[in-house]
Amino acid sequence: MKYVTEYRDAALVKGVIEEIRRTVTRPWTLMEICGGQTHAIVRHGIDQLLPREIELVHGPGCPVCVTPLELIDKALAIASRPDVIFCSYGDMLRVPGSGRDLFSVRAQGGDVRVVYSPLDAVSLAEQNPEKQVVFFAIGFETTAPPNVMSVLQAQRRGLKNFSILVSHVRVPPAIEAILSSPTNRVQGFLLAGHVCAVMGYWEYPPLVERFKVPMTVTGFEPLDVVQGILVTVQMLEAGRVEVANAYQRAVTFEGLKPAQAAINRVFMECDRKWRGIGEIPMSGWCLRPEFDEFNAEKRFDVEAVCAEESPLCIAGQILQGLKKPLDCPAFGKECTPERPLGATMVSSEGACAAYYKYKG
Amino acid sequence: MKDEGGMNIESAVCAPPLPHGEQIVMGHGAGGRMSRRLIEQAFLPAFQNPALSAGNDAALVMPDSRQRLSISTDAHVVSPLFFPGGDIGRLAVCGTVNDVAMLGARPLYLTAGFILEEGLPMATLQRVIESMRLAAEEAGVQIVAGDTKVVQKGKADGLYITTTGVGVVREGVEVGGANARAGDAVILSGTIGDHGIAVLGARGELGFESSIRSDVAPLNHLIEAVLDVCPNVHVLRDPTRGGLATTLNEIALQSNLGILLDEQTLPVHPQVAAACEMLGFDPLYIANEGKLVCMVPREEAEKVLGVMRKTRYGEGAVLIGEVAAEPKGCVLLKTVIGSTRVLDMLAGEMLPRIC
Repeated sequence: MKYVTEYRDAALVKGVIEEIRRTVTRPWTLMEICGGQTHAIVRHGIDQLLPREIELVHGPGCPVCVTPLELIDKALAIASRPDVIFCSYGDMLRVPGSGRDLFSVRAQGGDVRVVYSPLDAVSLAEQNPEKQVVFFAIGFETTAPPNVMSVLQAQRRGLKNFSILVSHVRVPPAIEAILSSPTNRVQGFLLAGHVCAVMGYWEYPPLVERFKVPMTVTGFEPLDVVQGILVTVQMLEAGRVEVANAYQRAVTFEGLKPAQAAINRVFMECDRKWRGIGEIPMSGWCLRPEFDEFNAEKRFDVEAVCAEESPLCIAGQILQGLKKPLDCPAFGKECTPERPLGATMVSSEGACAAYYKYKG
Repeated sequence: MKDEGGMNIESAVCAPPLPHGEQIVMGHGAGGRMSRRLIEQAFLPAFQNPALSAGNDAALVMPDSRQRLSISTDAHVVSPLFFPGGDIGRLAVCGTVNDVAMLGARPLYLTAGFILEEGLPMATLQRVIESMRLAAEEAGVQIVAGDTKVVQKGKADGLYITTTGVGVVREGVEVGGANARAGDAVILSGTIGDHGIAVLGARGELGFESSIRSDVAPLNHLIEAVLDVCPNVHVLRDPTRGGLATTLNEIALQSNLGILLDEQTLPVHPQVAAACEMLGFDPLYIANEGKLVCMVPREEAEKVLGVMRKTRYGEGAVLIGEVAAEPKGCVLLKTVIGSTRVLDMLAGEMLPRIC
């Protein structure tokens, strides 16, 4: 497959790993921020090939994992309504809310559909004027452009039966929260390449400046990941504190201006709860008040339900890079992908699911 | 404890588990671990007998001391009914023919049960029947009995077909998942993921055009060709729902041996690989309907490969790995970049990944 196979070339990957080996002189702890990168690292076994000095800890960059419980409960309540077609990215169906998930809702007669694009949900709204179509708009900056486009499209088509349930989170405030924690041990970051493809990386120099931690924009194929590690280790070893771009074929400093403009037109920054972590100030996006008519939380009377969560699960600490999945006593026993205790086991991008799938 | 970054580290906890033990959800039918648990917990205890407990796709039964029969049954629900490379009729015949043949048997007779939805066009039914006729002819089996039921509009997806097949197991042949031996070569008959992606594409859910065709085919002639040159085949299995990864995990569990795969050798059609990359699927978990994996003594591998490659449905046969004493009950994959990881079976329903 062109543009993919080249970046999985064993000889090239080994060459970069040799370079890392030559460069590293002492232990470094790096965090890959994006769940897609965690998946790539474990799927290809990249961590096994790295010199012992390099420890990779997995960041909170899986949008499914960090979606807060009460929002899942709102989704379940809306999806259970007989007048609703509830559309979601596939991964979200398995995430447990308070005692139920979207699979259960579907099994009990709810019309829950997996879509590949929020624009498919807009088309569904057009085709089903007698139904309310709701899209579960989750994600980081990567999915924000299509999610806001769905609102703009629905507005342009004059649809009165389309709304979105927003659970958008942003990377920079999460990094800020991790670096502000007294227990932080991350010394360098691999930044999420696809987030930066949209947003550019102009948001990161102030963080690098403030916390003195180097960051490297990194892609998702094995060669991209090892290249991102190499560049970060080179900076650490040389005592340089900068933002580097190791994913130049997709990312520019400014990012995609039209996409950012569309996001800013529809969304505004807000405080967000991260599942297993807690509230991080101004870490999310929500709909601007002028788009209230497309806000599913306002359209439907959804009450947040409080739930007692499993005390066994350490997903929160895994999401913050404090622990690894294998540190969890429930891993692979009480907690498996079919019976997930925590969101990191639920999503295929979650660190626990990646470990379970690839490391047994 | 709350630090200034707003992270509540001490109270970081998650939601309680969802065992889905109270009602059926789609994951129970996906062919992975949830399906396995359903069988183990609901069906096996009720019907307990040696043929069923063997855990193969077909049951080996001996009505008398002279004959060994292979019996299997398979229900077919597919939407849409017609897809590139096949249709529900061809699927219903080939699925059962293949399951019967995977015990080293020659499939002879099929029965078919039809559940028809009110309003189904007669022309559609005729097309499906014609397709079944052609598939049965190709496989060399006769459809000798059947049943028809009609349900109200909206109660079935056009039509469902259940087929049952019977075949005679070749003399001297001992095939089954538990028969794998350490040192066996693992051979795959061709590309993986074609059927699942073709059906997904036909549903119009891919959002782009592709020319991927389902591989649905009767494999009994291929199996006969293999058994002609190597009666000592240990395992034959068609990796249908749950894909190659799930099938190999089942065999690893049945035989209590390890299976080592080489990712580099796995044949995947470029369009299937591209579709999987875009949709967040892994071809190792996608259904096949015209492929088989076989395990044969190492020294017979070249001979078997040579014979398979001369057959219509085995042209793309390759050696993909080997059976080992360790790790027991586990499948390991050597990745393209040279590391090794566990290849697990499918959990529940296969979901596309976000991002």
